[in-house]
Amino acid sequence: MAKNSKGKIIVEIIKNKCIGCSNCIPVCPPDALFMKDGIAELDIEKCIGCGKCVKVCPTNAIIIEKAIKKEPQIEPLVSAQKSSIAAYKGIWVFIEQEHNAPHPVSWELIGEARRLALKLSAAVSAVILGGKKEELEVFAREAMQFGADSVYMASSESLLEYRTKPYAEGLVQIVNKYKPEILLIGATTLGRDLAGAVATRLKAGLTADCTGLEINTENLFLEMTRPTFGGNVMATIFCENVRPQMATVRPHVMPMPKKDAARVGKIIFDDLKLPEAEIDTKVIEFIVDAVCSDSGLHYADVIVSGGRGMGKAENFSVLRELAFVLCGAVGASRAAVDAGWVDHSYQIGQTGVTVRPRLYIACGISGSIQHRMGMQCSDCIVAINTDKNAPIFDIATYGIVADAIKFVPVLTKIFREKLAGKNVFAGVEK
Amino acid sequence: MHIVVCIKQVPDSTQVKIDPVTNTLMRQGVPSIINPYDIFAIEEALRIKDKFGAKITAISMGPPQAKDALKKAVSLGIDEAVLLSDRAFAGADTLATSYCLACGIKALNKENPVDLVICGKQTVDGDTAQVGPGIAVRLGFSQLTYIEKIEKIDFERKEIFVYRHAEKGKQYLKSRLPAVITVLDGINELRYAPLPELFRAARYQVKAWDKKLIEIDENLCGMKGSPTAVKRVFAPTPRQRGEMVSFNERNPEETARALTEKLLINKNG
Repeated sequence: MAKNSKGKIIVEIIKNKCIGCSNCIPVCPPDALFMKDGIAELDIEKCIGCGKCVKVCPTNAIIIEKAIKKEPQIEPLVSAQKSSIAAYKGIWVFIEQEHNAPHPVSWELIGEARRLALKLSAAVSAVILGGKKEELEVFAREAMQFGADSVYMASSESLLEYRTKPYAEGLVQIVNKYKPEILLIGATTLGRDLAGAVATRLKAGLTADCTGLEINTENLFLEMTRPTFGGNVMATIFCENVRPQMATVRPHVMPMPKKDAARVGKIIFDDLKLPEAEIDTKVIEFIVDAVCSDSGLHYADVIVSGGRGMGKAENFSVLRELAFVLCGAVGASRAAVDAGWVDHSYQIGQTGVTVRPRLYIACGISGSIQHRMGMQCSDCIVAINTDKNAPIFDIATYGIVADAIKFVPVLTKIFREKLAGKNVFAGVEK
Repeated sequence: MHIVVCIKQVPDSTQVKIDPVTNTLMRQGVPSIINPYDIFAIEEALRIKDKFGAKITAISMGPPQAKDALKKAVSLGIDEAVLLSDRAFAGADTLATSYCLACGIKALNKENPVDLVICGKQTVDGDTAQVGPGIAVRLGFSQLTYIEKIEKIDFERKEIFVYRHAEKGKQYLKSRLPAVITVLDGINELRYAPLPELFRAARYQVKAWDKKLIEIDENLCGMKGSPTAVKRVFAPTPRQRGEMVSFNERNPEETARALTEKLLINKNG
């Protein structure tokens, strides 16, 4: 039993279990815990062995060898919250649409919500905001074909183009009115901008960029799993006392559900008052990206990427050609960007774009840790490199020791023959 | 003109790993750095200062040693640096973090009205991109995220013109100051620390504010103010080394055929 010089029984920190969340720091009455080098440290002379830190540690990294008295913990605030959260029901999916096109992640999330709904015995609803009611109705019907039981719809002139303020205001109004238990939003630039604002307004818990969702069978909380530390660590997050439980979910992670043209449901329409005069941000222009641009990279099903081994800027043309045949986008490693062969917007990796295509073809890329962090979640990785010891081969589904500059045109030729213009890698089903 | 830059001290996330056997975090000996995305925010603030003249204050929330990150910011040309540090702030999720930072910025605003708050896109340890929007909502400032370029700022008319990255292109937006903007990586390239600033940083005393020094509700900070909690951490399933397809140098077409067949079968199967 660990004791300090005053003879007090004290807690012990198991250093390799500590994740540095610092939850224990504020609960310690004598201020005996502090952070050092990213993990908790104990001033053993200050410790009174109360065990409060033991209770709040998510990874059981703090232990004490005595029974901790369980204090009656039913504070009035908590029980009031408990009864109010029971009023929140159903799983909602935010349908992201911009310029009259819904984002596919919205449909993926309806499929996922259906799966979760089975475990909660809850209904699945879509929520859709936009400028023109007639256009939204088309998407609302589509949402029901993908699996939504009903659709909450709101339109307003000021929702024609996406802007944070009116969208957040609109979504907050609808959530407060109908009270969903769970609200899922795609982790796109629009979704993450909106979710951050909405969660702050609702004072709700929000978990970003999730790659896994599950319902805890005991307490029925939503458990949200997400990569942190650039994908080196996975964390499962939950939210106990506040509703809705909000999450943004990474596109391309959940399978695309099948459409059922016979499915129909109810549309609940709200006409929102969002006066333009109260919105400070105005959209002057929307500049649509050319193909193979940075934003094409984010959601491309196929990416053909080049590194130092491509030798010079001109050689990227062979990659563009292969990408064209595969209906994909072109990416690059930092080495190729630093050499000035392609623009920074092409860069894949820690300080560039993170991608998750179905097929990633790495050409002349050695595969530094920084690059791998940006692409290692791809479904299938093909690596073409002259160095048989290149680390990229450690994560490649298929590796070929060859000079990419010479081999890629051959590969393009064969693909062209076999595919004859068909887009076989498009994101339908996994 | 007063610009506030929000920064975070983070472990170099490329070096943080999970022990795949014991499922524990291995972060001992991992160096602490300024969140790489925040470097772009610092440089963007410096560029505005170069053009218009402005005072730049860097603010951070974290343990006492996060002062090192703020000192580094001073060495790059930031004028003042404030660390919000209190054990009541520890264990915060993004909701509590943005509350605490907003309280700190409100305190700065009282001394010298803030026109612009600049944040990085996200941190490399948390990767949430939620704190910037949280601060904007709490302060009631315009929220402009994923900014590719600041086209024009008119401090007199309180107007800002920016290009914002969107899913299918970019939005050219006009908005009002004060605003919170989060900048994309690659928006600029960081300058070298100028020698006089390096000397200044060495002597600079970072201001440390605790819960008593600013107006803040303790119940909304740290773990108490955080609706979310971590249940567990674990290692991602490691990617297995796959198959090497032998390269037929005399007949590369054969290799290409073998590879495309594997890819197309893999696709259909």
